[in-house]
Amino acid sequence: MPNPMAERTRLATAGAHAAVVGNLGKQPRGDVWRGNLFLALLLLAVVLALIGLIALIVQSALKGAPAFSMDLFTEGPSIVNPETAGFRPAIIGSLYLIAGVVLLIVPLGVGAAVYLEEYADGDRWWNRLIELNIQNLAAVPSIIYGILGLAFFVRGPLSLGFVVAAGSLTLALLVLPTVILAAREAIRAVPPSIRDGSLALGATQWQTIRRQVLPASIPGIVTGVILAVSRALGEAAPLLLVGAATFVTADQPNPFEGGYSAMPVQIYNYALQAQDEFKALAAAGVVVMLVVLLALNSFAIWLRNRYEQQW
Amino acid sequence: MSSKWWLVLGACGLLAFGVAACGGDDGDSSSGDGEAVSGEIRIDGSSTVAPLTSAIAEGFNAENPDVNITVGTSGTGGGFEKFCAGETDANDASEEIGEEEIAACEAGGVKYEELQVANDALTVVVNPENPVTCMTVDQLGSVWEPNSEITSWSDIEGLEPPYDESLDLYGPGSDSGTFGYFTEAVNGEEDAIRNDFNDVGEDDNATVTGVSGAPGGMGYFGYSFFKENESSLKALEIDSGSGCVAPSAETAQDGAYAPLSRPLFIYPSAEALADPAFDAFMEYYLDNVNAIAEQVGFIPLTDQQLGEQTDKLDTLIREGGGTETTG
Repeated sequence: MPNPMAERTRLATAGAHAAVVGNLGKQPRGDVWRGNLFLALLLLAVVLALIGLIALIVQSALKGAPAFSMDLFTEGPSIVNPETAGFRPAIIGSLYLIAGVVLLIVPLGVGAAVYLEEYADGDRWWNRLIELNIQNLAAVPSIIYGILGLAFFVRGPLSLGFVVAAGSLTLALLVLPTVILAAREAIRAVPPSIRDGSLALGATQWQTIRRQVLPASIPGIVTGVILAVSRALGEAAPLLLVGAATFVTADQPNPFEGGYSAMPVQIYNYALQAQDEFKALAAAGVVVMLVVLLALNSFAIWLRNRYEQQW
Repeated sequence: MSSKWWLVLGACGLLAFGVAACGGDDGDSSSGDGEAVSGEIRIDGSSTVAPLTSAIAEGFNAENPDVNITVGTSGTGGGFEKFCAGETDANDASEEIGEEEIAACEAGGVKYEELQVANDALTVVVNPENPVTCMTVDQLGSVWEPNSEITSWSDIEGLEPPYDESLDLYGPGSDSGTFGYFTEAVNGEEDAIRNDFNDVGEDDNATVTGVSGAPGGMGYFGYSFFKENESSLKALEIDSGSGCVAPSAETAQDGAYAPLSRPLFIYPSAEALADPAFDAFMEYYLDNVNAIAEQVGFIPLTDQQLGEQTDKLDTLIREGGGTETTG
């Protein structure tokens, strides 16, 4: 069913257009032409982005075709038997990492966003400094977060060692700015009249945020989390620094103890091998990673659509 | 409204953990075997040696499923950094431990032992179109030395037959033991190298692609990478003063392929050797290394070398791993 708002906008535009044509005659040729050119450029941008993605998927699928089988999901890595080698410990390691990342970024990201949008006075210099820094953090190369994680989580103050928890903390830092920025946008998009109405009925600021603002901004926040998880799942460089091993024999035992691997690291390791079978495995791994990512994201998208609402 | 919000938070966490837990089902298979050992073994280091150690770990794990073994590929140097901080049990190395690393291990209180696990012929590869078949060590040095002015094959002194293509150099990064060994052997000083080559890091496949795609390409890596790509690359013979010698299993084992034949090592720490699970792993390593080496494309140890290493390990284990060691 068409969105009633969009339908109304379309009707209004068509009506205005007809009125202009009726009163002033046809629009100049140049304007029509320019309008079409603009539309063509927009379409081109969409198509180029899609071509990149499709080329990647097709190439991975073609190169990885010899390795496709359920072994990819059920078997561990192997150097001796590349035919039956798979990604099981790496998939489990990645899921643990992502679980940790989600648990960290949702409260931290939403908390920071609520503070900045609802409580912080944007005219104070320290709040502006915080905002500026969050935006800058989003542009820091991931390897830098890896070094940070190595120095502060693996060694140094936390001294967790090369474990999943250290990897999750590092990845959470890496994607936190994305979540904060998305959550702030979502909170800002809640109409002020909702807040005013709630406050006018005698609710406290906390009640207003908890009962009105946050539920209304869930779809936007979930979008931010989807983006963050997608990025965290694909990162190899910081994980190599904080100790994701390229070859593990056992499944993930415990987030605070024991070695682990992750999908991108395992793919990297297979891609480094000399034998052709491993190149096929690496390509198949890319497809596996996309499948895992889509599975995670489709759940998040379902969640988002459930809470979508209109004002 | 509010309950919805908590539901979302909970669901996010549940989803991720739930999926992880479902996948982890078959991890708990415990073996009732009385002989089997359990524990955790962490190995890092050279990406050249890693496939061998990984293959051994795989075989060992099949017999001892309760031992969790992880093998990383930080490079020989990167691995020693962790090893000397006591963060790993053993380090794969494609060259002997260096002076700085010895000092670091001393500072970290890590005692270690050196065991040779395979031989390697560091192979210099060129494009198959290249007519040159043999280079002297000095010629190689003139190409790779720091601030080398040579940009074309025709600039290399005394090279036969003449070849007029511009040089396109590929080599591993400075964390790599292969890099350390090559620079030492060819330029006389470890880590001394011209800085305008294509640094492929630990990814030797990039060297394969680069050299096979450039008529004037030249690169170097372990023998197994050459064996896997024989159809698209040509290995140069090396003349260290007594004639041209091609890299092969035999010339690497008897040392005739000088100065680029090299031993590959694993460095277990004394602390790890006190753990029966680790001892069992190391014993399994040497018992099976030659069979697996051939299977995964390494040059095996000679019988004499293998005997020496096995004796060394037996002594270490008998003495409880607490021996005063090199270092």
